[in-house]
Amino acid sequence: MDQQQQQSAIQGAKVLMVGAGGIGCELLKTLALSGFHDIHIIDMDTIEVSNLNRQFLFRRSHVGQSKAKVARDAVLRFRPHINIRSYHANVKNPEFDVDFFKQFDVVLNGLDNLDARRHVNRLCLAADVPLVESGTTGFLGQVTVHVKGKTECYECQTKPTPKTYPVCTITSTPTKFVHCIVWAKELLFAKLFGDKNQDNDLNVRANKAASSSKETEDVFERADDEDIEQYGRKIYDHVFGYNIEAALSNEETWKNRRRPRPIYSKDVLPESLTQKNGSTQNCSATDGDDSTTVSAMPLLGLKNPQELWGLTQNSLVFIEALKLFFAKRKKEIGHLTFDKDDQLAVEFVTAAANIRAESFGIPLHSLFEAKGIAGNIVHAVATTNAIVAGLIVIEAIKVLKKDADKYRMTYCLEHPSRKMLLMPVEPFEPNPSCYVCSKTPLVLEINTQKSKLRDLVDKIVKAKLGMNLPLIMHGASLLYEVGDDLDDIMVANYNANLEKSLSELPSPVINGSILTVEDLQQELSCKINVKHREEFDEEKEPEGMVLSGWTQSPATNGESASTSNNESAVDVTESSSGPEIASKKRKLSETQPENHKRETENVESEDDDDLVEIENPMTVSKKKRVA
Amino acid sequence: MDGEELTEQETALYDRQIRVWGANAQRRLTKSHILVSGIKGTVAEFCKNIVLAGVGSVTLMDDSLVNEEALNANFLIPPDENAYRGKTVAEICCDSLKDFNPMVLVSVEKGDLSARSTEFFEKFDVVVIGYGSLATKKAVNEKCRKLSKRVAFYTVDCRDSCGEIFVDLQDYKYTKKKLEEKVECELNFPSFQEAVSVPWKPIPRRTAKLYFAMRVIEVFEENEGRKHGQCSLLDLPTVLEIKKKLCEANTVSESHVPDSLLERLITGTIEFPPACAIVGGILAQEVIKAVSGKGEPLNNFFYYDAQDGKGVMENISNSFTS
Repeated sequence: MDQQQQQSAIQGAKVLMVGAGGIGCELLKTLALSGFHDIHIIDMDTIEVSNLNRQFLFRRSHVGQSKAKVARDAVLRFRPHINIRSYHANVKNPEFDVDFFKQFDVVLNGLDNLDARRHVNRLCLAADVPLVESGTTGFLGQVTVHVKGKTECYECQTKPTPKTYPVCTITSTPTKFVHCIVWAKELLFAKLFGDKNQDNDLNVRANKAASSSKETEDVFERADDEDIEQYGRKIYDHVFGYNIEAALSNEETWKNRRRPRPIYSKDVLPESLTQKNGSTQNCSATDGDDSTTVSAMPLLGLKNPQELWGLTQNSLVFIEALKLFFAKRKKEIGHLTFDKDDQLAVEFVTAAANIRAESFGIPLHSLFEAKGIAGNIVHAVATTNAIVAGLIVIEAIKVLKKDADKYRMTYCLEHPSRKMLLMPVEPFEPNPSCYVCSKTPLVLEINTQKSKLRDLVDKIVKAKLGMNLPLIMHGASLLYEVGDDLDDIMVANYNANLEKSLSELPSPVINGSILTVEDLQQELSCKINVKHREEFDEEKEPEGMVLSGWTQSPATNGESASTSNNESAVDVTESSSGPEIASKKRKLSETQPENHKRETENVESEDDDDLVEIENPMTVSKKKRVA
Repeated sequence: MDGEELTEQETALYDRQIRVWGANAQRRLTKSHILVSGIKGTVAEFCKNIVLAGVGSVTLMDDSLVNEEALNANFLIPPDENAYRGKTVAEICCDSLKDFNPMVLVSVEKGDLSARSTEFFEKFDVVVIGYGSLATKKAVNEKCRKLSKRVAFYTVDCRDSCGEIFVDLQDYKYTKKKLEEKVECELNFPSFQEAVSVPWKPIPRRTAKLYFAMRVIEVFEENEGRKHGQCSLLDLPTVLEIKKKLCEANTVSESHVPDSLLERLITGTIEFPPACAIVGGILAQEVIKAVSGKGEPLNNFFYYDAQDGKGVMENISNSFTS
C-alpha cells in the first residue's frame, strides 16, 4: 500500500459507525489508532454488566450510560485531538435520512440485528455510500464490502428472518426444549404477569368445546386474600395437570406422537412449603426490596446456574418464584414482559419450561442454558471482535482509496480451511434479481379472501421486506401508509383497511393484482405480484402466505468452491451477528453445530433447529386478534 | 481438575464467553499465569484480550522508556507526557490493563528476560515474547523446555502490515470436537531452535514466504546487533546479501524470498494498527486454547499479511526431511 496515498485517504475521510458494542468498541479504537479523525457513531443502547467481558472501553461505573457516548470519551483519552460525534439514538430514526448518510465517505456496521442492517443497507444504496458490514459469534466472524453497482448489496443474498413456531406446536405438541421455553415465556409468563388485555393461547386445546372460557379465566385470577402458595399450586395443577389431561382426551393428536404425562403438585412437592419460607407469606404487598435482587434460588439453597435441576427442584422454583412475584413485586404484575436480566423471571420461565419438558419427555436444561435460549443470548468473546475490527479498517481504507480490485469479503474460521484461518474472498457482483438493489418484482401467494391487509403489512412488508414506514398502493389507490402528517380521517380509513381481507378492500386485491410497496425513508420501492391460493400447510407455512421471486446470485467469480452461496442461518442478537459463511458446503455443516455449543451435553442436535438464530423474541406465529 | 467454583461476580462478568468455551475452561483461565515480554501495538492488543478473558495474572516485562514512538498503535499509553515521562512501557501499560478487569493481577517485572534463570519461568503457564531477538527466543524456549512443568511458549512479531506467531506446546494433549463427539488428541511441537533451522529445500512450495523472510531478518538483526525495527531502506543491500547466502546454503533459488517482501519488512518499521488487532487477537485465542486445553491449537506458525488478506497456519518441522 502506498503510504502517502493511504494516509491522505484516511485523513480526508468522514466515517459513520453504526453500533458501539462488541465490534464497535474495537473498531473505534482501531480507527483512531490508524489515523482516522472524523468519526460519527450511533448506538441506542446503554451499558450492561455482561458487556464488560469484551466491550473494553466501558467500566463497571458506566453501567446504565450511553454506549456511544462512553466509547467516544474513552477513545478521546488516548487520541484527544480527533473528532468523534456520538448519537444515543436508533439508527432507524427519521433524522438519519439519506442526506445524513450522504455526508460520509464510508459506513461501518457493528450491529446485532438483521432489521437494522437491512435498513442501513438501503440507506447506503440510496445515498450511494459504500458499506462495510460485519458480524461475529463466538470464534466465527466475517467482514463484507458493499459498493453500489460494483458488488452485491447486503440483501442480494437472502438473509434468514427470525424463526417462528406454529401455534399448535407451542400450545399442544412441543418436541424441543425451545418450544417449552416459548410456551413458558410467551404464554404462561405473559398470562400470569403480563398485559391482561392481550390475547393468549394458553388454554387452546384441540377440542375447543370442552369447557367454557369463563371457567378457565377464573383459574388465573387471584383474589386479593387468596393464599399465594395455594394459588401457585392451583396454577401448577392447571397447566401441568388438568390441561395435559384435557389434551390427552383427543386421541387423534397422539396417534403418532409420544403422549405427555400430567403432573400434579401433590405428587411432586411436600404438602406445605411455608415452614421453609415463612417470610414470603407474611410480607405485605409492597415493593420495599429492590426488585432486581429478588430471587428464588438462594431461598432454596440453589447456587449454581449451570446445575441441572430435577422435577422436584424445578417445581419448588416454580412455586417460590411465583410467590415472590406476588409478595414482593405485586405492583408490576399486569405490566411485565420477559427480560433476560430479570433474575426472577428467568427462574420462573426456566422452571416452567422444565416441568413442561418433563411432561413431554424432552430433556431438561439448566438455568444458564434456559436463559440463553429465552433471552436470545449470543455467545461472544473479545478476540473475534478485535480481529474483525482490524479487518473492517483494512477494507475501509481500500474503499476510501477506491481500490476496487482489492475489495475482499473475509471470513474468520475456527478451524483452518486449506491452511487459512482468515480467508479472503472476492465479492460477488450485484444480484440482478435482488429486489432491493435491482428492483425485481416479487410474487406473493396468499388467500386473498381470508388474509387481511394487516397480515400483509405485519408479516410481509415489515417482517420479510424489512420496511419501517411502509406505503402500499394498488394502482392509483393508496391502501395504507404511516406518517406524522396524516389527518384523522385518513388514519381511520387506513385502520379500517387493515381489518379488511384483501379482496374486500376499496380497490380489491385479487389473483393477478400488482401491489407497489414503498418505504420513503429507505428509498425502497417493490412490486408484488399477488397470486391467490386457497390452502397453506399449517406446519410448513405457518404464516399462511409465501413470498418468493428473488434467486440466489450465481457465483460470478470463476474461482474456488470456497465461494458457495450457502448461508449459515445464524443471525444473532447482542453485539455479534450474522456469520453467513460462504465457505465450502462441508465447512458449513461442520460449523453449524459449533454455533449451538452448550456446556452440558443436553443438546438436541436437530438439523433444522436454529436455536441461536432469533433476534426478535421467539414469537408464536400469530398476532393480536380482533375479537 | 478444579474444585473451586467461579464466583457469582465472575459468572456474571464472563457469562457471554462461558457460553463459548464453558465454565471449566473459564476456571482454568482464572488460575493461569502469563509472562509477556516486549510490548508494542500487537502485544498491547494481546494483553487487553487476555485480561478481558480473565486470566489469573499477567506479568509484563519491558524496560524501554515511553517515548512518542511507543505511542503508535499502543492504546494503553495515554499521550500525556507529564504522566509517562520517566516511566517504562511496562509500567504504564500495567496501570491501563488493570482497569480493564480488576480481577486480574497485572504486575511489572524489571530486567533482562534472557538473563533469567530456568526456575524463573516455572512460575508461569505461558510465556510470550514479542519482537524478541533470535538469541533471546532460543534461550528462553530452551529454558521452558527444561522444566518438568509444561510452559507454553509463543513468539510474536509484527512489521509493516504483516505478522508472525510461533507456538511451542511441547507434548500437548487436548480435546476437540469431531462431528458430535469429543475426541482426545495429541501433538508434538518442535522447539523454536528446530523450527527456525529446518532446511528450506524440503519445505513445500506453497508455504508462506513470510517464514523465509522473517528468518532472513532475524539473521540480519543478530549480525548487526539491532533491536526490532531498528532498520531502514539503507540496510536493504545487507539484507539481500544475507538472503543470498541463506538461499545458497539451503540450495534454493533466490526467488524463494521475494525482495519486495524484505523491503517492506525493513522499511515498515511502525506497526499497522489493524494488523496489530488481528495478530493480537489470534495470539490471544491461541493462549486461551492452550490454557483451557480445549480446541485445536495452531501448529506451529501463523502468518498474516494485510496485502493479500490471508491468515494462514503453517506447519514447519523436521518431519519434511524424514
